[in-house]
Order: sequence, then C-alpha cells, then structure tokens
Amino acid sequence: MSDLAIETHKMSRHFGDLKAVDQLDLTIPKGCIYGFLGPNGCGKSTSIRMLTGLLSPTEGDITVLGESLPKGADKLRQRIGYMTQKFSLYQDLSIEENLQFVGRIYNLPPKALKQRLDELYSLYDLRSRRKQMAGTLSGGQRQRLALAAATIHDPDLLFLDEPTSAVDPENRREFWERLFDLCSEGKTILVSTHYMDEAERCHGLAILENGAKRADGSPQALMNQMGANVVELEDTVNGEDLRSLKSKLVDLPAVISAAQLGTRLRVLVSTDIAEPLQYLQQLMPEPRQMQAARPSLEDVFVSCTGGRRGVC
Amino acid sequence: MGFVNRIFAILVKELKQLSRDRVTFGMIVMIPLVQLLLFGFAINTDVRHLPAGVVDHSNSSYGRSLMQTVEATQVVDFVQRYHSIAEAEAAITRGDVRAVMVLSPDFVTRLLDYTQSRSNGAQGASPLTSRPVAQWLVDGSDTLITGAIKGLRSMPLDEMFQRSAPTSPPLVFAVVPYFNPEQRNVVNTAPGLLAIILTMTMVMFTATSLVREREQGNIEFLITTPVHPMELMIGKIIPYIFVGLIQTSIVLALSYWVFSVPINGGLVTVFTVTLLFIMASLVLGLLISTRAQTQMQAMQMTFFLMLPSILLSGFMFPYEGMPRAAQIIAEALPATHFVRTIRGVVLRDAGLGDLTFDIIWLSLFAVIGMAIAALRFNKRLD
Repeated sequence: MSDLAIETHKMSRHFGDLKAVDQLDLTIPKGCIYGFLGPNGCGKSTSIRMLTGLLSPTEGDITVLGESLPKGADKLRQRIGYMTQKFSLYQDLSIEENLQFVGRIYNLPPKALKQRLDELYSLYDLRSRRKQMAGTLSGGQRQRLALAAATIHDPDLLFLDEPTSAVDPENRREFWERLFDLCSEGKTILVSTHYMDEAERCHGLAILENGAKRADGSPQALMNQMGANVVELEDTVNGEDLRSLKSKLVDLPAVISAAQLGTRLRVLVSTDIAEPLQYLQQLMPEPRQMQAARPSLEDVFVSCTGGRRGVC
Repeated sequence: MGFVNRIFAILVKELKQLSRDRVTFGMIVMIPLVQLLLFGFAINTDVRHLPAGVVDHSNSSYGRSLMQTVEATQVVDFVQRYHSIAEAEAAITRGDVRAVMVLSPDFVTRLLDYTQSRSNGAQGASPLTSRPVAQWLVDGSDTLITGAIKGLRSMPLDEMFQRSAPTSPPLVFAVVPYFNPEQRNVVNTAPGLLAIILTMTMVMFTATSLVREREQGNIEFLITTPVHPMELMIGKIIPYIFVGLIQTSIVLALSYWVFSVPINGGLVTVFTVTLLFIMASLVLGLLISTRAQTQMQAMQMTFFLMLPSILLSGFMFPYEGMPRAAQIIAEALPATHFVRTIRGVVLRDAGLGDLTFDIIWLSLFAVIGMAIAALRFNKRLD
C-alpha cells in the first residue's frame, strides 16, 4: 500500500469546449487535511466528483486509496465519505431517521448502528435534537448532521465540498475541530473552500483556477515561496484618495495587485523588482510611510490567480 | 445480504416520508373513493331527457298525441314550441334545444297512411310507407344524441290509437346481452376506472418521488453510497405496490356494494392481474423519472400519458372501433391491456389462461422497463 490517499496524473474533464478540469496532477498523502482553494467555477466540485467516481475523467489517471477510477468506484464506496455542497439528507426525516437510513445503506448491523448513532450524537452534539426534522435545523446543526452521516461508516477518506459555506464563524471553528479529530484518527480529508482562513488550516493546499492548478504545497511554504513582495502604504496625507492611488499602481507591470484595507493600501510587487520599497517610493511624488509586510494566504491566492500572476 | 438491508432501508424511509405527507396520504384514499363515486354515477352513454322543441304546422290533436307518445320514451322532453323552421333552427344553433320535431301541414294524412300501411303490413308494405310521419331536426355534432333520436325512428305508434295488439314487425335478430343483462353502464365503467385511477396515481407517485430526490439533492449523496440503482428503485416501488393494492380494494369494494357490479372472477385472479398492472405503471413512472429533471416535468409527462390512457385504452370507447393507427398506439399503453384483462376477469370470469397475451405483455413491460430504468439511472453523473 502506498502512503498516498489520492494520486492523479493529468486528470481532465471537459464539458463540450469547456475544460472544467485541465490536466490536474495531485499527490495527497494519507492522514492529512488537503484543501482545494479557488473561486467559484474553478473546477473544485468537478475534481471532487471525479475523485469520488461520480464523473469519469475525459482523460488522465486517478488512483484513490489504491483503487483505479472510475473502474474501482464501486469497491471504493464503502471506504469514502462524501459531504455535498448542498444539504443532501432528507428534510422530512428526523436526525435519528436520517442517520439510521444512512447506516442501513452502509450495511451497519442493528446493534453496531445503535452504538454508532450514540457515539455520533455525543461527538456532534446532536443528542437533544435527534427527534427534530432535519429541515428545521440551523445551518450549523445541519452541517454537523451531514458530517455525522458522511462518517457513519468510518471511512478512510472524506470529501467535503464547501462544507462551511452556510455556517457562522463560531460553528465553523467547531466544525474544524471535528475535522482535526478525524484527521488524528488517521483519516484523510479533502476539503474544497473559497475561504482563506479555512484554507490556512489545511496541511496541504492546491490553488485552482479555471480547472488548472496554479500552486500547491503547505500554506506556509506557499507563503514563503510567493513570487511577490508585500508592501503596505499608509494613508498619511489627510483626505487623499487611496482609490486613485490604487488605480495608478495597478497599471504598473510590476504591481500584481493593490487592495485597500481601511486606511492602508496593500500592494503586491513582483519579485522581478529587487527592492520593492525603493521602487514604489520613487513613483510617489511625496515621501510616504510604507513597510514590507508578511505575506498572507490571500496574497498567495491573488498572486497566483487572475490575469497577471507572478511565479508561484 | 447487503442488498436486502439497503432495499429495506429505502423502503422504511419511503414509508416514513409518505406517512408525513398528509396530503399525498389522503389522496391515496380520496382519489379512488371520490372518482369512482363521481364517475360511477356520472358516466352514462344512455341518452335521456334531451331538451327538444316542436314545430307543429298541422295543429291537430294527433300532433299533441304524438308528442305525448314520444315523451313517454323518456328520450326527449319537449320544452318549447316554435312557429317556423327558421325559428327552430335558430334555437338549435343557440343550444336551447338539442332536437326539434317538425310536423308538416299534411301530418294527419301521413299518419293515417302510415297506420293504414301498418295494419295491412301482413299483406306486404304499400309504397306509401316510404313517407315518414314527421321529421326530426337534430344538433348532429354529438353523435350519441343523433343516435338516440335515430332510435326513435322505428318507435311503435300503436299506443297513440289505444291499440294493444303488437303490430311491430317481427325481429330479424334476437339479442342476448351476457354479463350485463340490465345494460347498466357502471358495470363496464367501474373496472375500467380502476385502470385509470391506478395509471394516474402509480405513474405520478413513482415519477415524482424519484425526481424529488434529484431536485432536493439527495441523489448526489446517495450515489456516493453503496446503493445500487436497482435497489433504490425496488425500495421505492414496494411501498407503492401496497398503495396500489389499497386503491384496488377501495374501487372493487365500492363497485360491488354501491354499484352492484358483479365480481365474477376469483379475487386471487383479480388481484394477480391488478398487481401486474401496478408493477407496469410503477415502472412507467420510473422511466419518466429517469428522463424528467424536475417534478413539474414529471407531472407533465404523466399527463401526456394520461389522456391516451383514458381515451384509447378502451375505457371510454371500444378498442375495436378505433382506426388501426390508434389501435397500435393503444397497444403500447399498459392501460389498454389492463382494461381488457380486468373487464375480462371481473365481468366475464375469464381465467389467467384466457388472457395470456395481455398478461405476458404486462409482465414483459414491467421487467424490460425496470431494466431500462436501472440502466438509464446511471450511478455516475455524466
């Protein structure tokens, strides 16, 4: 057995002329939380569907938990869990009935099912609501129910498609605690997201855009290797229009992006410019407070995607 | 044994959802109950009490006497008297009356000629008999109504002259109506209605129930689980088989006790052929569900099937009277085969052996349809 949970080589999926996923190479080791970060429509969901065997790739090879896809899809089903982007359990069934249904689908014997439900109620704090219809649950409760259902058969590999898009920050933190619990039990988790803070929690990360991988690695490594330097300009001149300064800066070929953060302007300067501070200073008519800043994952994301990307 | 557990899981889930959906649950009982009562009483091809008018140019007492005799048949009720043909035609056009009886000025002569020839009938018809006594103007758009008035053409007029001697000509044929000696429509309608009610509910229930899972996104989760498409379909069908059998029991019980429809066939045979039709209809619903993307589309496709099932299956009009092309279409509908079988079993006590063709057809439809549905319902999304 290899140590890789997922390995793909030139995985592609075309819908007509649209290349939803284009020659994606992935190597995802077991026991980690791996993130797909990208804007809507970048091929995250399509990739996950191919990795779960729901879609056949137009070309390329996929190996998941040692099974070659899409051939081995049926064998894989008992070993993977999938949490869909949209809540996909039955709204007119209670938490208990939903979990019983899923448990029976995965062939849990009655005794084991009862015991497993008991564990899941405690783990995901659902016991007091187990008789409540799923349709009347809050976003956070639904998410916990969906995670409970996706893990009821104790899968080795878990796919989460934008799991927390309808969840408040408090519940999102709580949700990630559970993911790390699962990870420490040796499960591999693949999660797609467009939230930077979520992506930053992953062990490994692939930044996707237009179906292609723009960068991958750990969040820390991505930030260190970013092909841009970050400079923050302070708004020193009172009443000065940062907006016009911004639009002036983004026209420069060496400036990858400029984003306003309150009274500051965060500028990404390509690493082609050796001294970004001096480079910017000489463009300004009057001296201005500016300093180099630590890159964030958002900077990495911005510098990798969009029309003018630096070298990642 | 995994597949048994999975089918059971789907079945339990389906029953729970069904029991929570009060309206659907209510309709299971209300559709057969209300429709059979309604149509059992309402559908009647035996035309009676048509509103009619009269134009009497003869102004004779014989005219009034003829009107009474005609009304005694109960086919028409004279509601209006008109002075001219034009007035009568206008009344028919307006829809005030369905038919008008016209008595010409020489009506009395014609009548006397007629009775004369009838009493001489034994010695052979005189040429005068070719002159009718009176004329009917009929709104001929509805052939059933024309037919009813045409039935009056040879009515005996002896009553008019208080003659009791039957002078009507001897019959060419004697007719013995088997299975429905009293000629009641409901005897034929009630078993046919079973076909229509089952087509409506069975096809719609399965079609919408699978499409709902797709619409609400449940399918996306289900296809990543070990559930096989066949298991999903069987699990979905089984609860509705019971629903269909409940509806069948309601229809048969009402037919028997309220409409005195004789259930001549054995109950086992009746339920066997009904079960076959229920399966065929459920499979038809599954086939629709593999094609429809939304519940709305599933409903539309169901209705697309409904009308031919009502009109071509033999439920409304005899199959034999339809043109060849319509018969071919009718043969493709499970309802046609069921209307034939259920009438055979319920009314004529036909055995399964007498209906081999239709029974084999329904069975094959169910099996092949199921296979196609399972194949079409791909576990992949592409």
